[in-house]
Amino acid sequence: MYRSHVLICGGTGCTSSHSAEICEALEAELKAKGLENEVKVVKTGCFGLCALGPIMIVYPEGCFYSEVKVENVPEIVEEHLLKGRIVKHLLYDETVHKDEIKPLKETNFYKKQHRIALRNCGVIDPENIEEYIAMDGYQALAKCLTEMTPDEVIQVVKDSGLRGRGGGGFPTGLKWSFTAKNSADQKYVVCNADEGDPGAFMDRSVLEGDPHCVLEAMAICGYATGASEGYIYVRAEYPIAVHRLEIAIKQARENGLLGKNIFNSGFDFDIFVRLGAGAFVCGEETALMTSIEGNRGEPRPRPPYPAVKGLFAKPTTENNVETFANIPQIILHGAEYFSSMGTEKSAGTKVFALGGKINNTGLVEVPMGTTLREIIEDIGGGVPNGKKFKAAQTGGPSGGCIPASLIDTPIDYDNLTAIGCMMGSGGLIVMDEDNCMVDIAKFFLDFTVDESCGKCTPCRIGTKRMRELLEKITDGKATLDDLDELETLAHYIKENSLCGLGQTAPNPVLATLRFFKDEYIAHIVDKKCPAGVCKKLVSYSIDADKCKGCTACARKCPVGAISGAIKSPHSIDTSKCVKCGVCMETCRFGAIVKK
Amino acid sequence: MVKKISKIPFRGTPEQEAQLRAVIDECKSDKSLLMHVMQQAQGIYGYLPIEVQQMIADGMDVPLEKVYGVSTFYAQFALSPKGLYNVSVCLGTACYVKGSQDVLDKICENLGVEAGECTDDGRFSVEACRCIGACGLAPVMTVNDEVYGKLTADDVDGILAKYKD
Repeated sequence: MYRSHVLICGGTGCTSSHSAEICEALEAELKAKGLENEVKVVKTGCFGLCALGPIMIVYPEGCFYSEVKVENVPEIVEEHLLKGRIVKHLLYDETVHKDEIKPLKETNFYKKQHRIALRNCGVIDPENIEEYIAMDGYQALAKCLTEMTPDEVIQVVKDSGLRGRGGGGFPTGLKWSFTAKNSADQKYVVCNADEGDPGAFMDRSVLEGDPHCVLEAMAICGYATGASEGYIYVRAEYPIAVHRLEIAIKQARENGLLGKNIFNSGFDFDIFVRLGAGAFVCGEETALMTSIEGNRGEPRPRPPYPAVKGLFAKPTTENNVETFANIPQIILHGAEYFSSMGTEKSAGTKVFALGGKINNTGLVEVPMGTTLREIIEDIGGGVPNGKKFKAAQTGGPSGGCIPASLIDTPIDYDNLTAIGCMMGSGGLIVMDEDNCMVDIAKFFLDFTVDESCGKCTPCRIGTKRMRELLEKITDGKATLDDLDELETLAHYIKENSLCGLGQTAPNPVLATLRFFKDEYIAHIVDKKCPAGVCKKLVSYSIDADKCKGCTACARKCPVGAISGAIKSPHSIDTSKCVKCGVCMETCRFGAIVKK
Repeated sequence: MVKKISKIPFRGTPEQEAQLRAVIDECKSDKSLLMHVMQQAQGIYGYLPIEVQQMIADGMDVPLEKVYGVSTFYAQFALSPKGLYNVSVCLGTACYVKGSQDVLDKICENLGVEAGECTDDGRFSVEACRCIGACGLAPVMTVNDEVYGKLTADDVDGILAKYKD
């Protein structure tokens, strides 16, 4: 029996800020104090508040230590774990209120969250199946195999209103029923963990923090659809997730929860891991299956849909990690439990990865229908450095942006589609007044041009032409006709591309054109970048009133564009200037003006 | 995307070849494991020169053009060797909006190479990478397995200096 449990985040974010070293230091320190049999150290998955990592929580008190450093470990052990005195100055300041310690769930970051997919992340040790079982793990699978028919399982999933969390939003139960209907000697379940949207990391966190729930859900899906094998296709860039998945699969097999004759029901199911190799298009379901088969990950035309002819040409059900993570709870608590949360057409919760210009970067799970304002201002703690919120980008390179004027939009699938945006996998990148929307559109086009697989012409060539037009705009060489051409091309590519990548590639341009056309016009007509990002449109000059003639900038300028006599105002030769900004960093008097 | 193909002569050792053969023997009955074999091969050799691709093609009994096709399709497969220290800057959206392009530019300036290239002495290679999922620490760069987060361009010289001597 341990009197204290110390939970340390072992997710990618905190591991990158050295949580593993803290874990080692803690174990060594506990041993030195003879506490190793009284205090248990548990390395968990992600707590969500990545901005404050590395994070350590001490139970039974529930103290939330943030931004812990190795040097803090002796103090925490000596004071808190040995003497029972909480080290207040190391606590997350939101949890300390007039000398009282507030529970974590009352802090702004956590109080509006409702965790279903992430319920075990940051709570259990993901490398220990017993901890998962203690949290009702594998009970849903047992219930399906011993009390329910496959049709009943599908009906519950249908009734729950769960829709695909990978971006498309297709009803999950319906998808399962399509595969179930087709008879074949072999069917497959595929879990899409090729989380390619830059800025989205919820699938990684689920796999790192609660891998067994995905395995359990895949087995349930296998039972419901008549499949006996499952594949998880996971990004090779997620080594921790891959490692924990492999451990989880091994433990599940040892415990008879994967393999032959599970729960003595006669149902066989096993799961294999396949690693991606860095191709964004492989997040598209048919491309993903082609890649699992060992080929270039090019998409296939649909129909035939995967439910008819999927992996290895057999009927296949494919769902995303977060979709699967909801399944065990739906089975255990019933369809009603899930459908009562969220909005009418978008049931349940959604995990968002908050990133960019926001104070509390991290992972949050909120009921569908929560407004963007609640997510950004209440949970996310607003935009840092007193800057103004400009837009939130959702759906990555396939999505759009929500401008500040629509900040009160309740977030669900249909509301986002209505404003020309999309849910996507849940990456939510916050941008402030210093971000140029044309530059952001160009950034995403760079991405899609790079990631287009080349199979179909509208996407391969069309996205390239779009990027060239955007370059013309950011270089200040475009005309208003180019803007029209950009829009026409965008619609053409949307309608004519083979797969989701091409069909959605123009979205970032269309969305920014819709809400930020004035910025495009400013680039084209006034040859100005209002945010001061597009280098070719920015010019530097020296404010003669502020310049003291100290010569610091002239000495630093790499191209010798600054001249002037000592102690008298200098000037910049704009024909020589390469706009590197060194002068601005160097000047101590704020005399350099960027326009 | 276009990949740079190395002109450096292939210097594989018999030990490396034995390791690769063992992997191939284990996997050759299932052609869908081609990518797995290539990933293992890259782990053994550090990159996939044409000589290694030929060994994989022969061992897995697939045409060389298929191996080459797969190796050029996926970003992760390298056709050129990486430097002793591989510096990788995340250009995912969260890092990008927080200025990771400036960080990358500064690294290239410091080392005198472009992204995707290796320094002449083979010490550093620089690449821009896709989101590594550490968005909470944006902008992020890695030097081999070491992660550096919450960067500004000013941090670059200090970090690189650690690997220069």
